[in-house]
Amino acid sequence: MARTRYFYLQLGFTLLVCAFLIVPVLMSIVAGLTENFFVGVRSGFTLRWIGLVWELYAPTIFRSMYIALATLTVTLVIGVPTAYVLAKRPGLLTRLVEEFLVLPVAIPGLAIALALILTYGGFREFRTSWLFILVGHVLYTLPFMVRSVLAVLSSFNFQTLEESAASLGAGFWRRFFGIILPNVRSGIVAGSLAVVTLSIGEFNLTWMLHTPETMTLPVGLADSYASMRLEIGSAYTLVFFVMIIPLLIALQRYSTQRVKTTRHA
Amino acid sequence: MSVPARKGGTTIRLVDCAKTFPNGTRALERTTLEMKGGETIVFLGPSGCGKTTLLRVIAGLESPDAGGRVLFDDEDVTGLPIERRNVGMVFQSYALFPNMNVAENIAYGLKVHGADAAQRAKRVDEMLQMMQIAELRDRRITELSGGQRQRVALARAIAVQPRVLLLDEPLTALDALLRERLRIEIDVLLHSLGITAAYVTHDQGEAMAIGDRVAVMNKGAIIQTGTPREIYYKPASAFVADFIGTMNRVRGTVVDGFLELPGGRVPWTQGGTGTLEVLFRPNDARIVPDGEAQLRGEVAQHFFLGDRTRLHVTGAADRVVVVETTEHREFRPGDRIGLRIEPDTLLKLRD
Repeated sequence: MARTRYFYLQLGFTLLVCAFLIVPVLMSIVAGLTENFFVGVRSGFTLRWIGLVWELYAPTIFRSMYIALATLTVTLVIGVPTAYVLAKRPGLLTRLVEEFLVLPVAIPGLAIALALILTYGGFREFRTSWLFILVGHVLYTLPFMVRSVLAVLSSFNFQTLEESAASLGAGFWRRFFGIILPNVRSGIVAGSLAVVTLSIGEFNLTWMLHTPETMTLPVGLADSYASMRLEIGSAYTLVFFVMIIPLLIALQRYSTQRVKTTRHA
Repeated sequence: MSVPARKGGTTIRLVDCAKTFPNGTRALERTTLEMKGGETIVFLGPSGCGKTTLLRVIAGLESPDAGGRVLFDDEDVTGLPIERRNVGMVFQSYALFPNMNVAENIAYGLKVHGADAAQRAKRVDEMLQMMQIAELRDRRITELSGGQRQRVALARAIAVQPRVLLLDEPLTALDALLRERLRIEIDVLLHSLGITAAYVTHDQGEAMAIGDRVAVMNKGAIIQTGTPREIYYKPASAFVADFIGTMNRVRGTVVDGFLELPGGRVPWTQGGTGTLEVLFRPNDARIVPDGEAQLRGEVAQHFFLGDRTRLHVTGAADRVVVVETTEHREFRPGDRIGLRIEPDTLLKLRD
């Protein structure tokens, strides 16, 4: 097919939009690697800023990682069974539960954080530990896990699968772990990637919930932008990109794969 | 067929089983029923007639309302959940496990029952042989056609030697040709295994062909139970008569051993007086030369069905009469034809 004027027009427009989004990212990366951003690339490239970020903020990076993993663990343990129950007993009550679960996505993180502080702020030990942030992250990410698993559950007739497994002698736990879980794996993986990505990048809630001892990576970023020189902030951003981009790519790949497999089944 | 048959089979009895759902829907009226060991009984009826509910009560997927009991031989299984009843189930949607291949699906029940790897492999081979699907052993479920899937589902259900096999519209999702072939296979299979089987369908042809007995259901109740022949030729009610194939219903008057109809009269031997409603099957009205005719009518419409021709005849009775013939001759609207009906094929309903 001959490519018309419109093809090139569309291509040009797409590239323009991409550039609009990507150029700032590239600028930030370059800033994190140049000796002196105000002088420009003429001043030469360096890894000094990244080294400095590591010295200053390494704990925030590790904290973000283990909070993300802890969030993932909790959302798996709570979210997958919740999705199963929601799918199995559709009714007014479960509809309400589902709506409630989604609320934290709609409400501004700052408001949720404030509510948490009002309610639990009095418990000093809890307030100052990383578990306080964990609670916020679980509230925020749980709907993504539940929704993702629920979507897969409603894409096939899992009740009949369970019934046929039961007729073959399998009790509830055997059915749950042997039949249900393996068949919703794609939903669990997609949900997990979403949860980890969101938890690592979460700023609103965490900014309110954190203490100087429980600073996470995005909060550290804000801190560095406010108080360090531009190159350090940019180098820190670069570190964040390195962590988050592989997750985003995996998320993208997995969700497109899922669409394909559900169509086949 | 190499599977050791459990001759005799389990006798299944339902005693006073009704089912009311929490929302108040009465899915099954109080039903008492015995399925003899090794018997295939077909539950036939329109959708929503309670046939699937009945099957699920036998399976243990639904518990009957208080007072109802389910017995397997002399054992009361009413309180047992499905996983402890040892029943085999085959569903319309196949319900194969997508996370397992064919062999793993068939072995699943054996594994649950604690058979070791060697026993499982042996039994899986037997089942694959029996269902003639040995070449599908390592296939993924998504790579199978509908007919292949249902064969695997049958193999999986039979592998554990269930006490009763429950089939819920197993052929409905298949195309006509395959349905016919698999139906014959299932028929042969059930009888060679000597297993007690309950088969749910809305297809009367399927019910006739596969059932030792057919239980016709409507509105949550079994209306008539009998051999396919009894159900077809001696329907107990107008519902059964209409649901199983086409039935002519005409109104006539009994006069001196004859039933008088608008188009003539036929001998009448079944008693009664005055005006009667009488039923007969389309193939029980034979087309005969004018001299032998009891009834005369006019062809209104004709449908060539390949193996037979269906005629709508007016004038013979108070309403249109459907007649079927295997004659090769061509009929045209307006043709005058003569009909003959043997007295014993005429049916008078009790109600």
